[in-house]
Amino acid sequence: MNTQNKNGEVRIGFYICHCGMNIAGVVDCPSVAQYIAKLPGVVVSRDYKYMCSDPGQELIRQDIREHKLNRVVVASCSPSLHEHTFRNAVESGGLNPFYFQMVNIREHDSWVHTDRAQATAKARALARAAISRVRFHRALETTRAPINPDVLVVGGGISGIHAATTMANAGKKVFLVEREPSIGGQMAKFDKTFPTLDCAACILTPKMSAVRSHKNITLWTYSEVVKVEGYVGNYTVTVKRKPRYVNEDLCVGCLECIQACVFKEPKFADEFNMGLSKRKPIYIPFTQAVPPVVVIDPERCLQVRTGKCKKTCLEACADRQAIDFTQKEELVEIKVGNIIIATGFKLFDAKRIPQYGYGLYPNVITAIELERFVTSSGPTGGEIVMRDGHHPKSVGFILCVGSRDMKTNRWCSRTCCMHSMKLAQLVREHTDADVTVFYMDIRAPGKGYEEFYDKSLKEGIQFVRGRVAEVTDWAMAPEEEGKLVIRVEDTLAGFVRRVPVDMIVLATGMEPQADSQEVRRLFNMSCGSEGWFLEKHPKLAPVSTFTDGVFIAGCCQGPKDIPDSIAQAGAAAAEAMALIDKGYIEQEPNTAYIVEADCSGCKSCIPLCPYTAISLDDATQKAKINEALCKGCGTCVAACPSGSIRQNLFEDEEIFSEIEGVLSYV
Amino acid sequence: MSDPNWQPRIVAFFCNWCTYTAADLAGVSRIKYASNACVIRLMCSGRVDPQFILDALAKGADGVLIGGCHPGDCHYGEGNYKTMRRFQMLRRLLRDMGIEDQRVRLEWISASEGERVKTVINDMVEQVRALGPLNLPQHRAEWDGEMTSSTEPAGQPAEQEAAHA
Amino acid sequence: MPDKPKIGFYWCASCGGCEEAVVDLAEDILGVVEAVDIVFWPVAMDFKKKHIEAMPDGSIVATLLNGAIRTSEQEEMARMLRRKSRYLIAYGACAQLGGIPSLANQFSREQLLRYVYQEAPTVVNEAKTRPQTSFQNNGHTVTLPEFHNVVRALDQVVDVDYYIPGCPPTPKITKAAIGALLEGKLPPKGSVLAPDMALCDQCPRRTSKPTDLGFPKFKRPHQVALDPNLCLLAQDIVCMGPATRAGCEAVCPAGNMPCTGCFGPTSRVRDQGAKILSSLCSNVASKDEKEIHDVLAGIPDPVGTFYRYGLGKSLLRRKANLPVEPAKETP
Repeated sequence: MNTQNKNGEVRIGFYICHCGMNIAGVVDCPSVAQYIAKLPGVVVSRDYKYMCSDPGQELIRQDIREHKLNRVVVASCSPSLHEHTFRNAVESGGLNPFYFQMVNIREHDSWVHTDRAQATAKARALARAAISRVRFHRALETTRAPINPDVLVVGGGISGIHAATTMANAGKKVFLVEREPSIGGQMAKFDKTFPTLDCAACILTPKMSAVRSHKNITLWTYSEVVKVEGYVGNYTVTVKRKPRYVNEDLCVGCLECIQACVFKEPKFADEFNMGLSKRKPIYIPFTQAVPPVVVIDPERCLQVRTGKCKKTCLEACADRQAIDFTQKEELVEIKVGNIIIATGFKLFDAKRIPQYGYGLYPNVITAIELERFVTSSGPTGGEIVMRDGHHPKSVGFILCVGSRDMKTNRWCSRTCCMHSMKLAQLVREHTDADVTVFYMDIRAPGKGYEEFYDKSLKEGIQFVRGRVAEVTDWAMAPEEEGKLVIRVEDTLAGFVRRVPVDMIVLATGMEPQADSQEVRRLFNMSCGSEGWFLEKHPKLAPVSTFTDGVFIAGCCQGPKDIPDSIAQAGAAAAEAMALIDKGYIEQEPNTAYIVEADCSGCKSCIPLCPYTAISLDDATQKAKINEALCKGCGTCVAACPSGSIRQNLFEDEEIFSEIEGVLSYV
Repeated sequence: MSDPNWQPRIVAFFCNWCTYTAADLAGVSRIKYASNACVIRLMCSGRVDPQFILDALAKGADGVLIGGCHPGDCHYGEGNYKTMRRFQMLRRLLRDMGIEDQRVRLEWISASEGERVKTVINDMVEQVRALGPLNLPQHRAEWDGEMTSSTEPAGQPAEQEAAHA
Repeated sequence: MPDKPKIGFYWCASCGGCEEAVVDLAEDILGVVEAVDIVFWPVAMDFKKKHIEAMPDGSIVATLLNGAIRTSEQEEMARMLRRKSRYLIAYGACAQLGGIPSLANQFSREQLLRYVYQEAPTVVNEAKTRPQTSFQNNGHTVTLPEFHNVVRALDQVVDVDYYIPGCPPTPKITKAAIGALLEGKLPPKGSVLAPDMALCDQCPRRTSKPTDLGFPKFKRPHQVALDPNLCLLAQDIVCMGPATRAGCEAVCPAGNMPCTGCFGPTSRVRDQGAKILSSLCSNVASKDEKEIHDVLAGIPDPVGTFYRYGLGKSLLRRKANLPVEPAKETP
């Protein structure tokens, strides 16, 4: 049962990889190979420069044939990198791929230890453990599960929109869920985009329309995902659809209800305009909102809160009767095979750096607030004005607010240099004011970005290199009266300066969304140490996560600009489509199984499985495991008090032999 | 009996999704740490059978480290909670059996905490070094010295074989 | 007429319960006595050590040896009986696993002797007299065996052929084993002569056990008026049944008490205590560390509860760092 060899003999081939100098530079590979060669059952023991290369893999195949190997152990890098590669090599050599065991002597040894003797001793111990373990391996087959071709995209910003339309164009059915009443995300608030200065709305709104009209996209705005169950290819997702009190199918976006609202004047801070203007309890987020449907704010609307309102909005909509105060929150369940998370970012709260005066001085604003000023459809009709209504004659931009900062956020938010220069150019264009940019470094890495920086210089924008220490309104000289003074060390000039300006714009950095921890748990993802969703590999798999079938795209993975967000969205769509078009996923055969003859029916295991894979068989009154549901965690195996549950690939005897192997090398 | 060259030997059971990946990240980041721990890879910390921990100690480990995902973050939902519960009782049992707390540790290390792998392992190695070797196999050989070594019929008892190994 | 097969019974560090168990075969004992030639049985027959020494090696078909090995005399007799017997069978939990006596492995010899001979509440021993291995009086020397530092199961001293589990083994198990022996229908060497499944298989309370049982607390039998029909675990009582080999037909649950694990683990388990710990704790109904701590406080003595019979054969066997003192003449 254990072996291919008729004599029941185990014939092990051992290979230790130099990985160039990555391993061989620290671990004495030939000596490990010599040591392992002497262990019982080892027929072949080699060291080689690059085992994962074609010749390396060919070595394995050849040895399987010539030496009739029935077990293979490779000591090299992490199994997360090449276990698959070597299993394939073993399989193409004619041996079941699960007769293979990998030893990690690079990430866990040569890369983290410096003493050659100790690192080599550890390599021997780990290799010996694998040799002991592999004896007990058995032939296993991967199982296949079908993939539901439908896809869920969470987040309707530029990344989510692009991912959704790409997949919809490929014929896949997409659910796009967005928690705000409209899609468009942060980009909808921008006026012009760098480096081309084309209008954000002009490039975004056609894509938003495409989402709305696409027959393959089901758009659910004002909705949130609340539960996710299942696994790759077979997710069951529960979406909460919040009541807007307006029937989406009936509303035509005429906005007469807003006109008619009992609140004659708008009273409440308009979120889209960053509080720079006001709205009524019944409102549309912005004119080009998709869907172009009105929404009623339940916390502000008199009717919803008290039930006592004249409901003039209803009268205004008498023809279409789109307003419906009986709407309730709805929970809808959908089944999809893949999920793309594109939930974006939030901006750093500038109040956390009190010395910059945000919230204290009225003319200290954030970059996104300036975007709203500059936009012709914004609250000031495109006029850049100070709080007293005058145009500023001088504007200072402070970069790296809440970025590259040991006290707040350590990372670089990647887009602020560029968008600050863009806003600086727009300020010059709109007002002719003197503009100074206070920077630490100017980061302009993209295509056309350096040229954009040149343009900024040509337009007479001043650049002062220094991290701003403080913004104050304490005048110390006549020219500082009535102005805000920026105190900064001009590092290139070599002295501390006081620069008086009328208006200050803070380039606040990007941060993970406030609820990123809850969201990532919902989708079984991890977050990096900085709070961004964690990609499977920073270089090789930037849009995949450790949970198969869940992908990430855009700023939720880390700060980036629009071109990179779209690139990632396309990449995530491609990864999802690759799975869908393959049609099935292969499950690693590390499932648990119950030996019926051994099981006493004690039922201790049944409550332990989060996938409810274990149940009591009515006929035998013993526990049984549904292999299709088992994900191979092994919790039930460890808990079975009579040792009647076992796990493929992680049998007790395999693990005990690994323990013995690690310790028997003294 | 006290060997000046003695190095603590620690057997580590790391869960594939969080701790093993964090150790990989430590490797990729070239973070350096003590070489005394050998990692055995499991899919989930919930697979850690208390028998493995006891067996490792019985076979000569000076310490055992279990690494899993932070509570709430288990790739399989709740495996780490089961580990946490088992570990609390195991800790009491080990105390009653004369094994110091610092020798068996349960640590939550997430996939992005490469630096933490280093601090946990370095810290544990130093604590175990201060305690000295546990050396259970050697002690058993010493215990067996109290028995008379008389001639045996075919089939030595397992204990005596271990002493001669 | 061919000679009847020679059988022997011997006892080491034991309570005498296993002897009772043989006697408890009741009328069946006559059948046993007729079929075999009992060559020694300390509790029931007179014999001397020299009688056994005189027997040729391997001439006893089977010796059923009960009790753990604690003294040098028990060790010597175990070795001798091993030589003289074709089959040496560990009879009862003490011989198989170390039994309750092996709980003494939590203490050093010095701690035990001092407690028993000096510090126990009912002891008056101002002279601090301790047993000696050799004592001279009036020209005569009397000796006592040495008291080992470690309590051992039988197979930690000599090679053992079969195990009959239980504390004590039930009459049914004993009869079946002796019958198999006499008929020559024995399983592979090293087998435990009882079913290789957990006790729940034989327990009539099993059907009442829910499939979603969690433990919000643990209670002890004296704290609760136990329902005689409901699974004991479902009543928050620690029952070792799921981790204990079947064969006794759940005699303790039938007596409205939980199983305490005397038949030892199944063959697939290396440490019975670790497995019941794993199973019970996995199902504790809380995710909060402090709450879990409080729930587990309902099991005040993990070693005594989980390893009541099996400490000697557990993976750790003995409390770490206890000394191995040579035999001393004086305290």
